[in-house]
Amino acid sequence: MAFYKNLTISQKQIVWAWCFLAVPTVFYVTIRFYPTANAILVSFQDWNLLGTRTWTGIDNYVKLFNDPVFWKVFQNTFLYLIIGTPVSLVIAFVVAYHIDKVRFMHGTIRALYFVPFMTSAVAMAWVWRWFYQPVPIGVFNNFLASLGIAQIEFLNSTTNALPAILAPAVWAGLGFQIIIFMAGLRAIPQTYYEAARIDGVSPMATLWEITLPLLKPTIVFLVVFSSIGFLRIFDQVFNMTTNNPGGPLNSTKPLVLMIYDTAFNGFDMGYAAAQTVVLFLVLLVVSLLQLRILRDR
Amino acid sequence: MSTTDLSIKPSSEALLKNTGNVGVRPPRNYAQFIRWILLFGGGILMIMPIIYMLSTSFKFPFEVYNLNLIPEEPTLENYQLVLEDGRFFNWFTNSLVIAVLTTVSNVFFDSMVGYALCKFKFPGRYIVFIAILSTLMIPTEMLVIPWYLMSTKLGWLDTYWGIMFPGMMTAFGVFLMKQFFETVPDDFLEAARIDGLNEFQIWWTVAMPLVKPALAALAIFVFLGNWTAFIWPLIVTNSQELYTLPVGLTTFSVEQQVEWELIMTGAALSTLPTLIVFLIFQRFIIRGVVMAGLKG
Repeated sequence: MAFYKNLTISQKQIVWAWCFLAVPTVFYVTIRFYPTANAILVSFQDWNLLGTRTWTGIDNYVKLFNDPVFWKVFQNTFLYLIIGTPVSLVIAFVVAYHIDKVRFMHGTIRALYFVPFMTSAVAMAWVWRWFYQPVPIGVFNNFLASLGIAQIEFLNSTTNALPAILAPAVWAGLGFQIIIFMAGLRAIPQTYYEAARIDGVSPMATLWEITLPLLKPTIVFLVVFSSIGFLRIFDQVFNMTTNNPGGPLNSTKPLVLMIYDTAFNGFDMGYAAAQTVVLFLVLLVVSLLQLRILRDR
Repeated sequence: MSTTDLSIKPSSEALLKNTGNVGVRPPRNYAQFIRWILLFGGGILMIMPIIYMLSTSFKFPFEVYNLNLIPEEPTLENYQLVLEDGRFFNWFTNSLVIAVLTTVSNVFFDSMVGYALCKFKFPGRYIVFIAILSTLMIPTEMLVIPWYLMSTKLGWLDTYWGIMFPGMMTAFGVFLMKQFFETVPDDFLEAARIDGLNEFQIWWTVAMPLVKPALAALAIFVFLGNWTAFIWPLIVTNSQELYTLPVGLTTFSVEQQVEWELIMTGAALSTLPTLIVFLIFQRFIIRGVVMAGLKG
């Protein structure tokens, strides 16, 4: 205590700062940084969890790039991103733009769109899976049948299964995007709109020349945030294809599911770690590119 | 007479519009009405999956394939069957305990770190901040293998701690709290210092109450994230007694195969808690999510 009393105010601050940071430092070093380094390390090794770890250099990466399943998975992962992000952002913006102009039951309407965000992806994957079943079980096909339209194969088709699995992911994320867009719209000063109206600018031009440019920070945030989400899709795929994970014929398998399979069904830890490193690099490159492109415009 | 009136009115209005007269607007009420109907219809469509889930959970098997929303013969039998199983109660407790504990831990530690990085001047402050922030770039999926290896070695597999430890602190929370502590004036803290409070007391009794809305926003995000977390609990648990609700629901649904009314009941049971909380604290939660989304 005498030692502490002799310290200057700024020295006391340093002592206190590290008292506050002591436990978190241990946490970040052992639970974040060490595992990150370990993942990279294991990706250069051959290890089936029981046997010995042997150093294999870049063999795992070579194997990955020669694996046709990886390229299929890579393509799927980007399909989730390329379809999911624009579709959900456009829908979210259109809905937010109009909710912003509605006064009557404003809160209720906003809540209706937001509710799916509060659900668990696993539970909703099973609900949607039921929807997609063929007649006489599934809601969608029953509905089509009642209109006299031909049945659609959803989860059993190699072409339809991926969008069918993506739909609940888009649906669940919309609520968040809508309220973030609405907050962004609110932040635009009304004076811009008044000026535009006095100048006789058409609503369409107002949208393109005022609203969208001023929403840019919001759009950048949502693009990056939702892209990361779609690139990491797993819960929906796993639960909607439990009888053949990632099927049919790997047509819905995303990278995270391949990692899970390799590591916890195949116990090929080195190979799985190499896949996680690729996932990390994909996420990094995609977010940096998006930030670069969107900020410059 | 009235027909001619109606036919003249639109054309005269169109004429005025073409002159670019500022005072003339399109028939706003009509457009507003259409907009409202479309938005409301879309909103109903958005909650249809949830409505169907709930409706089917009250149906007998013979009625499941029917599209009607209100069961002809509502029954609680599905809930009885699912709850008699006993496992759901178990999974529910696991999820609740884990989500509550991780939330408490995040609220405590994230704000502690955020406060230290915001209010203390010390060498290495910037480096610590950047180091913590950089972990945001590392996806959970990259860490599950090392975490699994670690858990095997330390005997954390199949324990609450094993499920919880990766989420005890988040860089997102640190960043969010740091942003909000910036709004707390240093004078307040200085006044407390003169009153003889130590730094820990100043943080806990002076600064923390001032950022309550941010703490609530953080709590909502962390709780929801842990309540619905799937991949890590799936990996780290082996015995069914330790499953969380999402993992349990997957197992349960796979067992049921085609008994959709039971699967929907299970899904409803794992969704209802958050839905009810949302219905009660609707405005509050939306505000919190916006706050966390924009500042975080």
